Amino acid sequence: MHEILSKKQLSPNVTRLDVRAQRIAEIRQPGQFVIVRRAEGAERIPLTIADADPAAGSIALVIQAVGKTTRDLVALNPGDVIQDISGPLGRPTDLIASGRALCIGGGVGTAVIHPIAQGLQRRGVAVVSIIGGRSKEWVIFEEGLRKFGEVIVCTDDGSYGRKGFVTDAAKEMLAAGGVDCVYAVGPVPMMRAVVAVTKPLGIHTIVSLNPVMVDGTGMCGGCRVSVGNETKFACVDGPEFDGHLVDFDLLWDRLGTYRTQEQESMARHEESCRIGLEKPKAV
Amino acid sequence: MSAKITTKERLKIDRQTMPEHDATARAGEFGEVNLGFTEELAMLEAQRCLQCKEAKCVAGCPVMVNVPRFIQFIADGDLAGAARSLLGDNSLPAITGRVCPQETQCEIECIRGLKGLPVAIGHLERYVADWAYRHANQIVPPSPSPTGRKVAIIGSGPAGLTAAGELVKLGHEVTIYEALHKPGGVLVYGIPEFRLPKNIVHEEVERLRQAGVKIECNVVIGQTYTLKELRERFDAIFIANGAGLPMFMNVPGENFKGVYSANEYLTRVNLMTAYKFPSADTPILAGKRVAVVGGGNVAMDAVRTARRLGAGSAMIVYRRTKTEMPARAEEIHHAEQEGIHFEFLVAPVEIIGNDRRWVTGLKCLRMQLGEPDASGRRSPVPIPGSEFVVECDVVVVAIGSRANPLLTSTCPDLKLNRNGNIAVDANGMTSLPGVFAGGDIVRGAATVILAMGDGKRTAQTIDRYFKQLQPNPQS
Repeated sequence: MHEILSKKQLSPNVTRLDVRAQRIAEIRQPGQFVIVRRAEGAERIPLTIADADPAAGSIALVIQAVGKTTRDLVALNPGDVIQDISGPLGRPTDLIASGRALCIGGGVGTAVIHPIAQGLQRRGVAVVSIIGGRSKEWVIFEEGLRKFGEVIVCTDDGSYGRKGFVTDAAKEMLAAGGVDCVYAVGPVPMMRAVVAVTKPLGIHTIVSLNPVMVDGTGMCGGCRVSVGNETKFACVDGPEFDGHLVDFDLLWDRLGTYRTQEQESMARHEESCRIGLEKPKAV
Repeated sequence: MSAKITTKERLKIDRQTMPEHDATARAGEFGEVNLGFTEELAMLEAQRCLQCKEAKCVAGCPVMVNVPRFIQFIADGDLAGAARSLLGDNSLPAITGRVCPQETQCEIECIRGLKGLPVAIGHLERYVADWAYRHANQIVPPSPSPTGRKVAIIGSGPAGLTAAGELVKLGHEVTIYEALHKPGGVLVYGIPEFRLPKNIVHEEVERLRQAGVKIECNVVIGQTYTLKELRERFDAIFIANGAGLPMFMNVPGENFKGVYSANEYLTRVNLMTAYKFPSADTPILAGKRVAVVGGGNVAMDAVRTARRLGAGSAMIVYRRTKTEMPARAEEIHHAEQEGIHFEFLVAPVEIIGNDRRWVTGLKCLRMQLGEPDASGRRSPVPIPGSEFVVECDVVVVAIGSRANPLLTSTCPDLKLNRNGNIAVDANGMTSLPGVFAGGDIVRGAATVILAMGDGKRTAQTIDRYFKQLQPNPQS
């Protein structure tokens, strides 16, 4: 049982939960994730460890409420508990040892970029972050990332920072030179677009993949991704891979495996919420 | 009463049939197929045992259950005696009574099988084990004096649970680390409800907990703690984390939507109860036409699960013939009853999908049997030009699993064999002193009972290992 210590709404559909998980808080490394099961009957889903406070024994989970499982999670409040958290899982980020890194975060992916930028800065790597959202209210982790270096904010509508996509800003920065490695995490189309920019320039680019997972220990193979034409399990071989080798079409495709079921589950969830029969169980 | 029965009379009794849930009704639901012997059936069946002086059935059992002894107790009407006898030999009899391949272990050795059918040892074992649950107060085991020695067990599957049961009986302090959220390993994520009800596993686990075994779930050794850290905190370690890395066929189309490893398919249904979706949150692609590739117990579990999820057509695609199938005879029999279609001598060469990469079929080649291979089974050889397509919307790959490298890769000192399994000596000890291993992580994918045999033997080895270590911390 893992108590929720605090809760913060970061954007219209992104929530941060700080949750007690002493051991994970002590040993987690950038890039690693946990598998969370809210309660009996709930799904197991992977969530990146966005931050950790070993002294408080807590980890930060950043959740974008898109389906029933994530909506149930963000409905939890301080004092409520999450039944199961397992981890830290996955391989830690391959952090460069020196030089200058460009960290690109799109939407909720910015939460994944945060510990990477933190890890890089601790090693003495110069960090520049480019983060983006639809508009001002969708930009997350700006303040946190400023602690590790310069932050360039992009919004689609120009309501904050510069107008345009993160890839536009990235293009300019990369053209200017001096970037040794790019870390990009966000929606699949964004990561694909970043890779399209960095590949011709030959700049090593690490992306974090978010396929459907069940156990998170390599046992089920549901999280198969294709990297350099080889099938890999994102949970144990990743979740981060060389972006130039990732088959993003396949990833995007497999992410749609349960779209029909997700809609069914959401419809049922909304119906039961509306008539007040079934509230998300906090246990 | 049984003392008066003569051998001639015993020989006259026919093998009693296991009552089964109706095949048509059960194909749509997940309740257990075998219903269990009644007391009357059990008594009759027990009287069939000839009480051989040198019982071969015992030698056929990987955990050496004293079969004639517990059966004699049943025949005498002393079920508490039968339960004490059985539980003394086997920590998980309700499970083995349901999932052991008795026909190739104890029952194949039964003298009665020479002329007619062997004694139904598995059914009797299950009967006694189920009785023991309902009458737990009559079979309270003696509590051992604590030795002060601490053992960590990695994995709560059949090997880990068995070892835990034996080690607490000997007075050692046992902590099991389980990676998933529920203890039981393959017993909860792999074997379906209709073959092994999860409340049975739950009760076995609870009995171990009451005996003093500590179980910590959601702990992935190699990630949450390293083996090195465990070695600092425990006097011995038993690695029993299974062969949890699914094998795929490496054919084109294997990453299409609708292709599952048997591990994923069964985990979604069993551990995550996807068959209750949307009441339970985990979804599964049920499939109208499901093709399961493989011929072992896991393949049978998957194909029978597909049927229960509503597949109009659920079929096994196997590259050899029925004779070579490694699955238990009873599973094949039950699958046939449930209308499972079998395609023998067929090997998939490609998974076919539509333009949106959903599975639409399985392209296969017909095979013929050639020379025997290393396993002694005749190997399948493709017939040129025999390609055909099996129409299906879900493909489940059940061709085996390998050692999961998650733990071993974080521990370079641990010697592995060439398959990536952990290398052990005759006593089950690894290259690291005080670290033992057993079950599928040593054998590669095998059976529940072989893993349990490893668990039991290793527990005894660990006990001897402690006795050699001086001084005993309690003395």
